Amino acid sequence: MLKVTIDGKTIEVPAGTTVLDAAKMLDIPIPTLCHHPKLTPFGGCRLCIVEIKGIPRPVTSCTTPVSDNMEVTTSTPQIEDLRKTVLELILSDHPNDCMVCEKAGDCTLQELAYFYGIRENRFAGERRIYTKKDGNPFLERDMEKCILCGRCVKVCDEVQGVGAIDFTYRGFKSKICPPYEKDLDCEFCGQCVAVCPTGALTGKQWAHKGRQKDIKEIDTICPYCGTGCNITLHVSRNEVIRVTSKEDTWNEGWLCVKGRFGYKFINSPDRLKKPLIKKNGKFEEASWDEALDYIATRLNEIKAKHGADAIGGLSSARCTNEENYLFQKLIRAAIGTNNIDHCARL
Amino acid sequence: MNNLEIKVCMGTGGIAAGGTDVLSAFDSALKERSIPAELQMGCSMHKVGCRGLCAKDVLVDVLIDDSRTTYQYIKPEMVQRIVDEHIVGGNPVSEWLVKEDYHNFHEKQIKVVLSDCGNIDPEDINSYISVGGYKATEKVFATMKPEDVIAEIKKSGLRGRGGAGFPTGVKWEACRGVQPNLQMGQKYIICNADEGDPGAFMDRAVIEGNPHAVIEGMVIGAYAIGASKGYVYIRAEYPLAVERLKLAIAAARERRFIGKNILDSGFDFDIKIKLGAGAFVCGEETALIASIEGQRGMPRAKPPFPVYQGLWGKPTVINNVETLANIPYIIVKGADWFSSYGTEKSKGTKVFALTGKVKNTGLIEVPMGITLKEIIYDIGGGIENDKKLKAVQTGGPSGGCITPDMLDINVDYESLAKVGSIVGSGGMIVLDEDDCMVNVAKYFLSFTQAESCGKCVPCRIGTKRLLEILNRITKGKGKEDDIELLLKLGSDVKSASLCGLGQTAPNPVLSTIKYFREEYEAHLQGKCPAKVCRDLLTYSIIEEFCKGCGACLRACPAGAITGEKKQPHKIAPEICVKCGACFDVCKFKAVGRE
Repeated sequence: MLKVTIDGKTIEVPAGTTVLDAAKMLDIPIPTLCHHPKLTPFGGCRLCIVEIKGIPRPVTSCTTPVSDNMEVTTSTPQIEDLRKTVLELILSDHPNDCMVCEKAGDCTLQELAYFYGIRENRFAGERRIYTKKDGNPFLERDMEKCILCGRCVKVCDEVQGVGAIDFTYRGFKSKICPPYEKDLDCEFCGQCVAVCPTGALTGKQWAHKGRQKDIKEIDTICPYCGTGCNITLHVSRNEVIRVTSKEDTWNEGWLCVKGRFGYKFINSPDRLKKPLIKKNGKFEEASWDEALDYIATRLNEIKAKHGADAIGGLSSARCTNEENYLFQKLIRAAIGTNNIDHCARL
Repeated sequence: MNNLEIKVCMGTGGIAAGGTDVLSAFDSALKERSIPAELQMGCSMHKVGCRGLCAKDVLVDVLIDDSRTTYQYIKPEMVQRIVDEHIVGGNPVSEWLVKEDYHNFHEKQIKVVLSDCGNIDPEDINSYISVGGYKATEKVFATMKPEDVIAEIKKSGLRGRGGAGFPTGVKWEACRGVQPNLQMGQKYIICNADEGDPGAFMDRAVIEGNPHAVIEGMVIGAYAIGASKGYVYIRAEYPLAVERLKLAIAAARERRFIGKNILDSGFDFDIKIKLGAGAFVCGEETALIASIEGQRGMPRAKPPFPVYQGLWGKPTVINNVETLANIPYIIVKGADWFSSYGTEKSKGTKVFALTGKVKNTGLIEVPMGITLKEIIYDIGGGIENDKKLKAVQTGGPSGGCITPDMLDINVDYESLAKVGSIVGSGGMIVLDEDDCMVNVAKYFLSFTQAESCGKCVPCRIGTKRLLEILNRITKGKGKEDDIELLLKLGSDVKSASLCGLGQTAPNPVLSTIKYFREEYEAHLQGKCPAKVCRDLLTYSIIEEFCKGCGACLRACPAGAITGEKKQPHKIAPEICVKCGACFDVCKFKAVGRE
């Protein structure tokens, strides 16, 4: 264990702990933009700089491991001044259209600009303007809002193992994009959207559907497969407008394209809400009692005529464990056959 | 006459000036002409690397019985006469010989790294061996333990020549001290040949002129730290250096100076070449490592330092070309010999690329601690056209300016740092009264801001904003507090940037403001004192001098000048594009520039 003193408070941390993490343990806030707890440190935004006794220049707390008896100061007039300059520089190359931005109210950059009270900008100048929009079906990529924190690049590489995007160009023209600036053509897991601290990456289908502050969040389990990821439905005006996942769940907040973007069926007009029975070659609406009676009668008839093994059951990965358990019980005990299988085995 | 040797300068400069044709002209002239028969046996021709004064290329040495005669500005058609009159006739062609300035240029130089450059054939390993090459490798494997090598290099006081000046022996010792576990036991040594400063060509010249010295330095370094693999990270824009390095590595491997079981010592070490794709930031060591690994060349925060976690996460030493090229000479001649040159804290010599408004531009090697005055006036021959010296810029885009009143300063790491400049990798640009210091700062900033990798905010956006402010100042659109804003932003970018590129990029701005603030102020008043910034100039005809010759009228590309023959002409300011063509063409000084 290493002893570190941050702003006068002392704590012992295991070797390898960064100064930023140690500060977090002590409830000492340090502003960050490019840092993400699940990703390797980047050290690009420079907001988390701190002073460390014995080191002549400010260092980024996210990349600096604690050494024994280290003395850290997280906030001095010089440090705050540097942070303000850095924020002003970021905002000098940002559309600053929070009024209509999808991310407003849920944006780390906006929040920091608020805390540092940045209204005027000493460094106003040329801004990156991109006219080409990405034609992919899921992700809105507004690269003018991108602050090049690199979180999306890292999550795509380190978590998803896809590497669909990376830094391109140099200097002020640096940009994150897919190879040859083509339209994004990846798994569309949307992990990049989940980690983006600004409005640069959002979901196309949740545009103009509701502000985060007006949203009711409902935690549930993703119904798509047997993995059972924890998801949070964002409900606005009685409609699910977005799906996210929380970091403190067993799936650590990561989702796939189905879980994150495949929620439109909930409010789809084509969705089946009542059972249908085919009568005279046409499907007709029926009551649940009617449908279940019909199924029971037919199963009994088939079993009597051809034996139980003429019947088989195929269950779904979208059902819960309990539902699948009951279903195999029905097939094995009530019908009396071992012809039971599951789509996730395919 | 028993022995005839002809050496043609064929570095990149020599080849560009026609060295290849000169060499073949000698070849055919000597074959065709009646060269004394007894000479045929002892006659040899060599291409040699740069000897520093590329401005006088093609330089040719004619050595008859080891007596050297040097010719300058040689073209293929001049070769016949040299063969006829000098080699056959015995009388050197006096008007083509190098002049006093060539000798002055070399007189105050002390060549260690460059001692064999321009003398040996870089494409022939025997040529290097004939001047004592690979003696150091033999000595190391025959008589020295790795610890002895490190002790010797530490004792020599050699410091990194790439710019930062970190003691080489200390770096090696740190890497030697890292004991990797057995399965992961690999260590690496990397030669940083990604020379990217505008106007700097020291490393290129060393590799083009004497690649084996670099290879030897790497072998000895590898032995000292315990590395079995080495990389040379070299710019693809240096095709000749790459070619010669490839030849040299192959030849060294054949002679078992590298490869398996070097000189039967049981030590294995081999070298790979990795071509850089032209990013300035890849000269930064962590970006360089990322680039070798196949990643985008972006620096990462240190610690961990590469000696602990470098290439592929393994302990890695990265040394600059010039640093490594010093090693064999230190091993052979001893640490005491090396440290007899230089100052207390800066030992040995340093290679500089002397450029700008100086009479003799080129590559020089001087002992650390020489005064700037000696470099500029003795070696450089003074300022071109005898104009007034304004400043000397050292350290390239990371460096700063030194003013004429500081010419007695010693050129070493500490003294230059004290006045706000750096030794850097060795760029030295001489500026005269015709240079605008705001424009100089703008030039360097436009380079660094374009070469920023984009990773960290202060460098990516900060350098862009600094450049924008400089741009508006040179366009006459500067704001009252722009100088203060430059100082503030410059110092913040220095403090907050991730790597050396951003941490030093504002130096040219801060240093020019420090010493030439009045020039910035003049620009804010709408005047460029050096008359460089086009937007601040107005051209007009001074009627009393104008003879009405029409030269300016014909030269003007914009049609802004009107006038009858033999009558004073006029420039229409609204049409004038301020190109200065009229000013240059007028023989009567009748065009005024304000």
